[in-house]
Amino acid sequence: MPGQIMKLAVASGKGGTGKSMVAENLAFTLSRTEPVTLVDCDVEEPNLHLFFPAPATTTDVTVPVPVIDETACQHCGLCGEFCQYGALTVLSNRILFFPELCHSCGGCILVCPNDAIHEEPKRIGTLSTSAPQPDLKLISGTLDTGSPHAVPVIRAAKKQAANDQLVIIDTAPGTSCPVVEALDGCDACILVTESTPFGLHDLQLAVDVAARLGIPAGIVINRSDGKDEETLRFCIDHDIEVMIPFSREIAAIQNRGDLLCRARPEWQKDFCALFLKCRALTGGER
Amino acid sequence: MIRLAVISGKGGTGKTMITAALAHLLPGSLVFADCDVDAANLELLLNPQLIRTEPFMGMKTAVIDTALCTQCDKCMDHCRFGAIERDGEIYHVNPLRCEGCAVCVHVCPVAITMQPRQTGEIKYSETSRGHLVHARLVPGAGNSGLLVHAVKKMAMELDKGCNLFLIDGPPGTGCPLISTISGTDIVLIVTEPSVSGLHDLKRVVAVCRQFRPRILVTINRFDLEQSLTDTIQTWCCAENIPVIGMIPFDPAVIESVRRGVPITDSGTTPAAQAIQILAAKLELELRDLGKKR
Repeated sequence: MPGQIMKLAVASGKGGTGKSMVAENLAFTLSRTEPVTLVDCDVEEPNLHLFFPAPATTTDVTVPVPVIDETACQHCGLCGEFCQYGALTVLSNRILFFPELCHSCGGCILVCPNDAIHEEPKRIGTLSTSAPQPDLKLISGTLDTGSPHAVPVIRAAKKQAANDQLVIIDTAPGTSCPVVEALDGCDACILVTESTPFGLHDLQLAVDVAARLGIPAGIVINRSDGKDEETLRFCIDHDIEVMIPFSREIAAIQNRGDLLCRARPEWQKDFCALFLKCRALTGGER
Repeated sequence: MIRLAVISGKGGTGKTMITAALAHLLPGSLVFADCDVDAANLELLLNPQLIRTEPFMGMKTAVIDTALCTQCDKCMDHCRFGAIERDGEIYHVNPLRCEGCAVCVHVCPVAITMQPRQTGEIKYSETSRGHLVHARLVPGAGNSGLLVHAVKKMAMELDKGCNLFLIDGPPGTGCPLISTISGTDIVLIVTEPSVSGLHDLKRVVAVCRQFRPRILVTINRFDLEQSLTDTIQTWCCAENIPVIGMIPFDPAVIESVRRGVPITDSGTTPAAQAIQILAAKLELELRDLGKKR
């Protein structure tokens, strides 16, 4: 199997269904037999590092933002007119720049007739890389608090794992741009849900996103309490479902920051089986 | 009008369940907004009757007229979002990647234009406790922060006479969350006793402090891990953040969600009683805030 590549994302729609739990336990279990890279792309609230404490190397994630040379600027206003995000306001004698609105598109530089704008890097988050156990690499993207743009941090975290063989990506909840960025380019995804109307409603949205991106998806029903008929009915078209039963013990293990598969090794076979089903989703052997 | 947002940092801690119960318990005239626009669930508990729907137009996106395109590659070279895709001789814009910056239009004035694109809809509905503004974002679309802004604006304009604007917020700390809490008077953060819940609580508090609403915390399912509940209370105390609600784990919560009604409908379960106390404390907070104005 070495030399082949698989990128597997864990997503959910609804928050708190157990994405991180599934990603952590998959990575923990698989890393016992082959090298695994676990990437935390829930950069607004990254949690994986809490379950794998280890010394990490941290680097800044930056985006280019415009810096105006006031001596060259003629206050012509073209940059402010061009900026689609309202990040630049040109007054008669100075320019106001609102960095939290800037998308780093570079348009202001292109339209400036006086070459008065250049770009400088601005930090919006960090990447931490650690090796919590042999054959497991953890890459965590963290968005700085107060910084609105999660996507560049997600992109940087995924890029760091670009050359790795087996990559498991934990995504943010929801169905908007941070999830799309995390799923983009993955070979398969696991959608984690719970059998409540909330879980099912958001699962349907998540299935829609995966379909739009052309990524095969399988479903894990977490905290199953035996009342899963509606979710199972929805899952009928999807060829994998795995059920993890509701148990206060499992919740307690994860709540304390331990891992289900570390505390209860008998669960490892279930996560191995889940991975094999994911591999089947991508059309067979890696 | 006092603006109160229920948020959490970590997803799945019980925001929507608590918001729906507060909708039934808090007195006065209310208007609601579901600002978790990419996974909106409040409507599943408030039984809204739709009054009307409006399209939501996000940022304009670039569109290439293939008849005019000369395949010069300039758009591709300048797009920083990787949104220009090429299929043989045909160039097109991937709308999921386009951020609407218009740089491609600037470098190619011939074949590319910016076109409005509907990326969601905003719904205005009636519930037994007041109007609800909710939305649906096209799955995979961007601009959720803009949509949150539009949802809040509609609620504040159409129901400006209400005493309380109650918002069900999104998880996370990014653009939709920032858009949700900007301009609010109080945020109620729903957390849970887990290492993730505490970690995410600290981050979302750091974001809220950049906006200065009054910050209150409630711990849901507090009895599932008492030692972490103690840690959260100690941290909140040190940070001078009142913990105004302790809600026990209660299987009746899932049952009420499955029935599509707020947990407080059935009155006397442990979680319902705890939320009644939470609502009473919130009412005092709201009264205090009202007096200061």
